[in-house]
Amino acid sequence: MDYFLSEEQLMIKDLARQIAVEKVVPVREELDEKEEFPWEIMKALAQSDLFGLFIPEEYGGLGKGAFELALAVEELSKACVGVATTYAANALGTYPLLLFGTDEQKKKYLPDIAAGKKLVAFGLTEANAGSDAGGIQTTARADGDYYVLNGTKQWITNGGEAEIYTVIAITDKTKGARGASAFVVEKGTPGFTFGKKEHKMGIRASATRELVFEDCKIPKANIIAREGMGFIVAMKTLDNSRAGVGAQGVGVAQGAIDEALKFARQRVQFGHPIISFQAIQHMLADMATETEAARALVYAAARYIDSGAKDVTRASAMAKLFATDVAMRVTTNAVQVMGGSGYMKEYPVEKMMRDAKILQIYEGTNQIQRNVIAQALIKESAAASKGK
Amino acid sequence: MRIVVCIKQVPDTSEVKINPETGALVREGVPSIINPFDMHAIEAALSIKEQLGSSAACSVCVLTMGPPQAESALREAVSFGVDEAALVSGREFAGGDTLATSRALSAAISKIGADIIICGKQAIDGDTAQVGPEVAEFLDIPHISYVKKISGISEAVIRAERMMDDGHDVVEAELPCLITVVRELNTPRLPSLKGKMAAKKIEIKKLGLADLGVSEEEAGFKGSPTQVKKIFTPSARTGRRMAEGSIEEQVDAIIKELVERKCL
Ligand SMILES: Cc1cc2nc3c(=O)[nH]c(=O)nc-3n(C[C@H](O)[C@H](O)[C@H](O)COP(=O)(O)OP(=O)(O)OC[C@H]3O[C@@H](n4cnc5c(N)ncnc54)[C@H](O)[C@@H]3O)c2cc1C
Ligand SMILES: Cc1cc2nc3c(=O)[nH]c(=O)nc-3n(C[C@H](O)[C@H](O)[C@H](O)COP(=O)(O)OP(=O)(O)OC[C@H]3O[C@@H](n4cnc5c(N)ncnc54)[C@H](O)[C@@H]3O)c2cc1C
Repeated sequence: MDYFLSEEQLMIKDLARQIAVEKVVPVREELDEKEEFPWEIMKALAQSDLFGLFIPEEYGGLGKGAFELALAVEELSKACVGVATTYAANALGTYPLLLFGTDEQKKKYLPDIAAGKKLVAFGLTEANAGSDAGGIQTTARADGDYYVLNGTKQWITNGGEAEIYTVIAITDKTKGARGASAFVVEKGTPGFTFGKKEHKMGIRASATRELVFEDCKIPKANIIAREGMGFIVAMKTLDNSRAGVGAQGVGVAQGAIDEALKFARQRVQFGHPIISFQAIQHMLADMATETEAARALVYAAARYIDSGAKDVTRASAMAKLFATDVAMRVTTNAVQVMGGSGYMKEYPVEKMMRDAKILQIYEGTNQIQRNVIAQALIKESAAASKGK
Repeated sequence: MRIVVCIKQVPDTSEVKINPETGALVREGVPSIINPFDMHAIEAALSIKEQLGSSAACSVCVLTMGPPQAESALREAVSFGVDEAALVSGREFAGGDTLATSRALSAAISKIGADIIICGKQAIDGDTAQVGPEVAEFLDIPHISYVKKISGISEAVIRAERMMDDGHDVVEAELPCLITVVRELNTPRLPSLKGKMAAKKIEIKKLGLADLGVSEEEAGFKGSPTQVKKIFTPSARTGRRMAEGSIEEQVDAIIKELVERKCL
């Protein structure tokens, strides 16, 4: 399929693919096995300017958008979702600054992020607040020229490795959802430490860790947007980045199809390559069709985001939901096509299937995506009947 | 600080075939690449530039002599972060040996200006490893060949480790200086997006015979005292036999044969 990419977009895709093939594929198995953070690959991505893709040129980036970011994420995910998660979570953590930061904050943080000198993480989830983000208990108390943070964030991607953290905390308990605010916290701030590093089923190259705040004092200037805007910052951030999770799904699905196809053409049973069996052919045909549909939806959502549309919640939720459900199905079927070999660590689809699972969970589970989409439908329908 | 990197476009030898009748390389349809050693030369220049940082304004220029298609090698070099590119091209330069090649390159370097010149150890097609040192001789400057480590660099001096069969020499030379580099020196980087965008737009400086002040008699085929008489693939040796039996029997058989052939 041709998505009529511009010359620059093709360049971005090619470069991301080159890094995936030359730098990621050779080490992905080892990174997974050892749960090792992919610093070498992050350096290569930095040197190639890919961290600056979606950051405006005035802050040292390339001034591209969610679509170009999706192209890069897709190529990296074809090789390894663990690496792609590290890269994509960096964008997730940057969006609060990009969308709501003051010029001063942008000048201070974005150039280093664009150059890949500093990684970023986004801290929303807590032990008692997963799908129900409104339940967060981390507090930020105003105290003179400072805010004082207390609480623990759980399962934060790039935790410990990143230098910059965008964090949501409660500034006014009495105001419910309007009582949360967003902050930027730098690694090394007294009172800010890291807790347990998780051991995971998949994306094991990606670091997932607790952020612990104990009377952590940060300057007042570190608030992003205004007091009370915390959940708006978080939701807009997720709106922008969810299409990228969809792109991860498209990438890993395509990676699995490529492996399954290669294998099925070579594996002989009953005197024939298994690809000659219609049952295998139909599986591959469905896998390819679903993946292409997912890609079309992800690209459409990303382009919609870049068009400056006001409300992209539904589009990005649909892209995330569909593409990641497809990724789970396709990677599972890739293992099926390859039989016992698919189940073995000698072949990459075993890891792809483990990795794909996270995509249905983080940045809002796929149940939550359905809730979000349904709410948008209901709102639209109600507005339409009111108009009559 | 100005660094000139000499690069040569060569056929990708992993794809090259030899015509069994003429013994010549079959170049048609073979993809061209930057000579692999020259990738290390480019990396060396870029890391020197990064090392010096903004303290010393440093620019890197790539230079090649070749047909117009060699422009693609120059553009690829720019995608890694090189600032400028120059192409020495023209019918008169064709068929040159290492002397003619070095004369033309050194004339171009004089024109461009350089404090450090970096070449690959050798080209994987011509394979002589002569061009670097010859360029240095034409320019009448010192050179350090087979550099595997650059241990120090300042405005006036370069210190490098020269790879030898039994270890390495530490050599210090005054600038301007030419070095030729081996693979052990570094790992070439991948292109960057800004580099790729610059590569599309960059204007390549074109240098011809007149620009270089080289006469027609000194260039290309005419300016080459050596000429290729014949290129051939050595025929595969035949008549090999495998000794059989126990080790002792094999040794006895070989000794007997060597005595018969009056080798022992
Ligand atoms: C590897 C990894 C990395 C992560 N990285 C980050 C990060 O960088 N930053 C960050 O802030 N968070 C991060 N998270 C947290 C992630 O976003 C949450 O795990 C996710 O939002 C789900 O929350 P939960 O795990 O608490 O599940 P729960 O909310 O406890 O959900 C459990 C189950 O109940 C379902 N459920 C819950 N509520 C409803 C409902 N109303 N309707 C229907 N079904 C419902 C869910 O779909 C799910 O199936 C990460 C998580 C993981 C595992
Ligand atoms: C089939 C064949 C036969 C040849 N026969 C002869 C012969 O008989 N006698 C003879 O003298 N030469 C011969 N040559 C060499 C030919 O003239 C060389 O291609 C040319 O002179 C460069 O030498 P080289 O390839 O050995 O480069 P080397 O000296 O091995 O290259 C060292 C370095 O010099 C630089 N360099 C080399 N060429 C260029 C260039 N064109 N532009 C910019 N930088 C460059 C690069 O940095 C390179 O890494 C032959 C070449 C071929 C392919």
